[in-house]
Amino acid sequence: MRSFQDTLHHHGLHLVREVTSTLQINTGFRCNLACKHCHLDAGPARQEVMTRATMEEVLSFVRRNSFKLADITGGAPELVPDIAYLLDGLSLQVERVLFRSNLTLLTRGEYAALLEQLVAGKVAIAASFPSTNKKQADAQRGSGVWESSVKALKELNRLGYGKAGTGLELFLVANPAGAFLPVEQSRAEQRYKSELAAKWGIAFTNLYTFANMPLGRFRAWLERSGNLQPYMAKLAAGFNPATVAGLMCRSLISVSWDGFLYDCDFNLAAGLYHSGRRLHLSEVDTIGKGIPIISADHCYGCTAGAGFT
Amino acid sequence: MESYYNPSDLAKFGEIAEEAPEMAKKFFDYYGTVFAEGELSEREKALIALAVAHSVQCPYCIDAYTTACLEKGSNQAEMTEAVHVACAIRGGASLVHGVQMMNRCKKVSM
Repeated sequence: MRSFQDTLHHHGLHLVREVTSTLQINTGFRCNLACKHCHLDAGPARQEVMTRATMEEVLSFVRRNSFKLADITGGAPELVPDIAYLLDGLSLQVERVLFRSNLTLLTRGEYAALLEQLVAGKVAIAASFPSTNKKQADAQRGSGVWESSVKALKELNRLGYGKAGTGLELFLVANPAGAFLPVEQSRAEQRYKSELAAKWGIAFTNLYTFANMPLGRFRAWLERSGNLQPYMAKLAAGFNPATVAGLMCRSLISVSWDGFLYDCDFNLAAGLYHSGRRLHLSEVDTIGKGIPIISADHCYGCTAGAGFT
Repeated sequence: MESYYNPSDLAKFGEIAEEAPEMAKKFFDYYGTVFAEGELSEREKALIALAVAHSVQCPYCIDAYTTACLEKGSNQAEMTEAVHVACAIRGGASLVHGVQMMNRCKKVSM
């Protein structure tokens, strides 16, 4: 298999940073779930979570830059003790805030205040919902997760999320339940919309489909199951040069729970620092254009087929 | 271990064009058109292909269309039902020939 860098070179492509409009904040690896497709190896045993001091540095970094979107991810951001503080600070400084949720915590009683804060701030929610099929979803995320997710989606709908005219956006995110590529996004969305509405009366704003990244826990499963080589070959064979111009890493910068910068959350998982140096965001003034994006073979996961941005 | 069927041979399918390129081109063009979205969706066509693959017992096709079905958004329960459709038709085709057997029995029996 040709390396990702060689493939870019072969097509005469250069992966460099454009205007950085999104700050993705990985608030930590602590999660109540241990999904098999997780590229970060997040789970209940992980202790890494963003402290209030790092949050303050994140907010200061946001003030020095002009991000339009703050994308809060984890782990499960619900489990970060000072998450409300971070949300408050971000809401004052960026046009849009996106909160990623695994759906199993957010609508539980103990997170009522957080949910209220999301509604009041019109914070968009991106929720993992890999399959409309219970067996497929639970095989990936754990027993009972699919049912809690359906229950949570109904509750979010009741609060106005995913309903037209409320300004409360609810995005679903679907990953394949194995070593194969995701369904083409627009077709998957049509099917999800009709099936979720017909079977459970659930509405949502849009669906995003992503390939599973050959990193973290998913990579370990690929290795154990003998799927790593054919999966990598499939991703590489599906390389579509037209996707490179629109890759998310060109307009996004990712910060880890401890404040270090990466070109995306996948590079964070791979330990590949932004600009190739271990830089803490407190050391960086602004993120400029033209900086080469650090890439490796897992980047084939974002360039296969129609691409996943 | 040697085998008549080798999974890596599926990737060599295109080499069939070496001795008869025009026929191969026509076949592969036609094949591509058949599986494109039409009155039936790509997902539905992949499920039909999976069922037919089981009926003609082609291991290459079973491999390829299992993956295709998953990548077009079908789940294992749907795929299993498609295989049952192939099984029912294939089994039914054997069983319905029992009428021929009965006809012949009637003809030659007292």
